[in-house]
Amino acid sequence: MIITRDPALMQIVAVSLRVTGTALLFSTLVGIPLGSWLGLTRFLGRRLVIALLYTGMGFPPVVVGLSVYLMLSRSGPLGSLELSLIPRLFTINAMVVAQVIISFPLVAGFTMAAVMGVDPNLRQQVISLGATNWQATLAVLLEARLGVIVSIIAGFGSIISEVGAVMMVGGNIESATRVLTTAIVLETRKGNFDLAMALGVILLGLSFLANVIMLRLQGRSFEP
Amino acid sequence: MTDAVYRLKKVSKAYGPREVLYVDFLEIQRGEVFGIVGPSGAGKSTLLRLLDFLEPPTSGQLHFTDCYSSNGSRAPLDVRRRVTTVFQRSVLLNTSVYGNVAYGLKIRGDKEIQRKVKGVLEQVGLSDLIRDRARFLSGGEAQRVALARAMVIEPEVLLLDEPTANLDPYNVGLIEDIVTDLNRERDTTIVLVTHNVFQAKRLAHRVALLLEGKVVEVAPVQDFFEAPRDSRTAAFVRGEMVY
Repeated sequence: MIITRDPALMQIVAVSLRVTGTALLFSTLVGIPLGSWLGLTRFLGRRLVIALLYTGMGFPPVVVGLSVYLMLSRSGPLGSLELSLIPRLFTINAMVVAQVIISFPLVAGFTMAAVMGVDPNLRQQVISLGATNWQATLAVLLEARLGVIVSIIAGFGSIISEVGAVMMVGGNIESATRVLTTAIVLETRKGNFDLAMALGVILLGLSFLANVIMLRLQGRSFEP
Repeated sequence: MTDAVYRLKKVSKAYGPREVLYVDFLEIQRGEVFGIVGPSGAGKSTLLRLLDFLEPPTSGQLHFTDCYSSNGSRAPLDVRRRVTTVFQRSVLLNTSVYGNVAYGLKIRGDKEIQRKVKGVLEQVGLSDLIRDRARFLSGGEAQRVALARAMVIEPEVLLLDEPTANLDPYNVGLIEDIVTDLNRERDTTIVLVTHNVFQAKRLAHRVALLLEGKVVEVAPVQDFFEAPRDSRTAAFVRGEMVY
């Protein structure tokens, strides 16, 4: 199936990449600034925000799926509004929403830890060299790049392999919302272990490839 | 007619209820090396942070040349970029020596980064290390990189916060020579905070003694060391002040 580029398989891979890629993009766009802000500033209620973030890092995906399901269902508080901005259940957009909720606390939490690990004097010293606040934050993020990339890898890992939430809000609809993990579950239940294994290998391969790309982004940071 | 770079009038700095610095009046002249000595906790580094506009004073007036007076808010970027500090414990970026020295020029969008970086590294004797990773440098080399990254942006005022603390005599000598040349050749105003009264004597034109957040005495270097007006200055110079 892999060699012949089976259209059904390619469709599943494409949906997986689209859902995970979009969710990771949003998680990164929200998580890195949030993590940087929490790591660099002190304000009243910061500990509470961090406690909530840590709780979010341990959210069971199936509970996230259930919550999103209830929110987006036609009788739910958001679904009943029937606004074009609010995604419908059993669509790719609904799956993206669930995956963003799962992964952004990880991206934000690990980014915060990485930023807090950078020598606090660095920010003051680059500001003394004439950096704006934004340039100083960027300098700190670049120093923390190893940890920031790890945060993205953690976020990616949490959603590429996730099955409970996407099954619940996506519905595992063929040619529409079926992704690699939900396809593996389905094929295993049907007794098609060869196909399930093949899908598993593809999933592992994609995960490996994504992590290699991110390691390249880390550059020479891993060198002693 | 004086040509003051800084003029401080009744400037105070407090953190919460605790006032850590109060300067009734202080002028720092253009082109001079101004030494600030005093024991630990005297407020020397706090004063330097105010002069570098890293923090605004809690009250009082801090004038910088004729272009800026503190009003409680942060100094504008163009004013901040005319001053920089070399800290006692410099934190270098996790990149090459070149990348560290080029940083201040990059954020300014300078067009001649390569030429300027090479020039300044030659001045501080680190041309051979231009491609080396900054994290592998010795303490003396790292401090010279910190000095180079400050010099390359050609600041009007260079603030030095214990720049040679914990360095070996060879590196102390090198850094003192660089600072002296910088002041003589470029007429850069230098404010030197140091524990080391001998270093202040070697480098400064005028010296101030700071004790418990207050300026005790400001005098030309010769008067400060040979004919101090205040008995506390005399005790500090003789090394009798325990801290």
